Amino acid sequence: MSPAATGFWLRLLALTRKEFRQMVRDRSNLAIGIGLPIVLILLFGYGLSLDVKNTPVAVVLEDSSPQAMEAISGLQASTYIAPVLLSSMHEAEALMRAHKVDGILRLRSDFSSQLAAGDAHVQLLVHGGDANRARIVLAYVQGALAQSGMRQADRAVRGGGGAGQVTVEPQMWFNAAGDSTYFLVPGLIVLIMTLVGAFLTAMVVAREWERGTLEALFVTPVRPNEILLGKLIPYFCVGLTGLTMCLLAARFLFHVPMRGSLVLIIAASMLYLLVSLGLGLLISSLTKNQFLASQLALVTSFMPAMMLSGFMFDLRSVPAVIRYVGNLLPATYYIELLKTLFLAGDVWPLVLKDAGVLAIYAACLLVAARLATQKKLG
Amino acid sequence: MAEYLRGIFCLVRKELLAILKDPASRNVLLLPALLQSLMFGYAATFDLKQASYALLDQSHSAASTELVARLEGAGTFKRVATLQRPADIDRVIDEQEALLVVQINPRFAEQLQAGETAPVQLILDARNSNTAAMAAGYAGAVVEGFNEDWARDHGGGHPALSIDSRAWYNPNLETRWNLLPGMIASLSVLQTLMLAALSVAREREQGTFDQLLVTPLTPTQIMFGKAVPPVLIGLLQASIVLLVTRAWFQVPFAGSYLTLYLGLLMFTIASVGIGLSISAFSANMQQAMLYSFMLIMPLSLLSGLYTPLRNMPVIMQALTLVNPLRYAVDLVQRVYLEGVGFGAVVSDIWPMLLMALVTLPTAAWLFRHRLV
Repeated sequence: MSPAATGFWLRLLALTRKEFRQMVRDRSNLAIGIGLPIVLILLFGYGLSLDVKNTPVAVVLEDSSPQAMEAISGLQASTYIAPVLLSSMHEAEALMRAHKVDGILRLRSDFSSQLAAGDAHVQLLVHGGDANRARIVLAYVQGALAQSGMRQADRAVRGGGGAGQVTVEPQMWFNAAGDSTYFLVPGLIVLIMTLVGAFLTAMVVAREWERGTLEALFVTPVRPNEILLGKLIPYFCVGLTGLTMCLLAARFLFHVPMRGSLVLIIAASMLYLLVSLGLGLLISSLTKNQFLASQLALVTSFMPAMMLSGFMFDLRSVPAVIRYVGNLLPATYYIELLKTLFLAGDVWPLVLKDAGVLAIYAACLLVAARLATQKKLG
Repeated sequence: MAEYLRGIFCLVRKELLAILKDPASRNVLLLPALLQSLMFGYAATFDLKQASYALLDQSHSAASTELVARLEGAGTFKRVATLQRPADIDRVIDEQEALLVVQINPRFAEQLQAGETAPVQLILDARNSNTAAMAAGYAGAVVEGFNEDWARDHGGGHPALSIDSRAWYNPNLETRWNLLPGMIASLSVLQTLMLAALSVAREREQGTFDQLLVTPLTPTQIMFGKAVPPVLIGLLQASIVLLVTRAWFQVPFAGSYLTLYLGLLMFTIASVGIGLSISAFSANMQQAMLYSFMLIMPLSLLSGLYTPLRNMPVIMQALTLVNPLRYAVDLVQRVYLEGVGFGAVVSDIWPMLLMALVTLPTAAWLFRHRLV
């Protein structure tokens, strides 16, 4: 090894050791690096659920005939709806105003006579305070009633043969039970990688700029490359610790299937960690101020990763402009990659495309961070 | 008394100047609120607008063509591929070329003509189970329409039951209508809490807090002086989001502004109280920021804004009782959309008031009895 190369490794080793010590000494760093992932894992695994189960719906039976009971029989069997039987509309409206029920299904007193005449109407009100849930309640109640409606229609023409009907048989690939934990957990990994890489790193390095300790480093023989690498390595390790915790939780706590290869998941995460660290370093060298760096890191990395990457809101549902913005975010590709690797398997065309995009981002951001870190005073 | 208030006023003025004199930090207080509310207003939607689908029609009959025409006429489904063999399904779904594949069996028309049930397979990519369920729901609705017409044209009885449905407070069930009012409370909390925590931590780090403590100002005065500016900034940010919601996205406001602002004021004071208490645990700005952030993540995730509180396990629901954001989100959504009066939101206001009454004096006491 040439003397120049030896010097590089010696200085890098010294710097990295210093950074590690500095990091471990401050409890707040460990809180974000280790504590926050644990809190988030628990919150996401147990606290967040987009699944609708046992939604209370008031059923106002002003007509208590057997036909009316049959019409609502589908509701009682459903695991999604928990019917609350009432006899007065007043009572039901009061419950809905207090948001104790998410919907009201009303069968008027002339329901069975209308049904006999072949034209029965039921009234369904849903609480719009949560549009997503309201839409699901609408769909389930309509589905449950339509089934009994069909049965009654069939009976009405029995003997006449009846017409055929089309039934839909949905098969949910990759997530047969429709469990939202399956896509929340990959999303959680993205959030933690983003937090550690961009938010924590941007703030820690900006603090050194703010306090002038980086300037003190400049008068030593270390090169800018070594300073950057010395910062990258410890936070890269913190990120990997977070990743390990998430993977263990995904496997043993939440039982999310891992149909792709673990090696690819880890490799993709390392790539994204580099992207996010590059962004954090760039932000800190540009702002050189802790408060600004932390706010900028939140606004440019964390919030978009949460809202615009397809984690919370599917990019197939958003307006075109937002989709373009989402497609500019590295987090979008990482999340797509993770979801595929966890749930679908090693789909090579997709893996190569997403990993390629992430690699380009990592290279650009790290080069930009290197250019912004000049060994001179402003 | 006048002297007392003057002391507070001077400190408030100094704090506001310290925050607002720097153009960069001025921008960071106003622009994110504006940009985020615009961006999230557009992004926040769970309604599937366009679903790409691939067709595998093995029936090639008039009936299957009619069903497909209906599916495409609904506007949501856009065909991206026409498959010939079932073996192609894997590739189209795996590579996310299509969200779903509609498979119509060779015997489809026969079964339908014979008055039997003719199944249509939907193969959905449930990597996002929410979207998949939505697409299945839309397809189901199209098929129901098809069944009704088929029955009418082919001598079956038409279904005797029809459902008249209506949604309260949000007639078109737009997610934006729920999310944006919730954002009025939740977008500002991060910066309000952090500003409060930082205003003390910064002075601690720079050593000027000790100077402040030896001035004639009492800890209570210092507390007020430190609390008022972030409260004002929090209310300003909330107003920006309110303006965007009301004027840009035109979400109709049903309640009274007085009740709304009273609730927001309580909420900001409670958040600032938490922020000031955090600063007692922080030796420097970095710790103050990291701790505030660590607190805000669970606060916003457990606020009921993103996922309903009722879905959470009992123990998590109990934890939300000490989360001011939970009350604020509930209050703003109900005042904004449902137009409820003051009486209906008292149950949201008093817990926030209680939090303010606990955290603010604690913070004032901790100024002199610091923990770190």
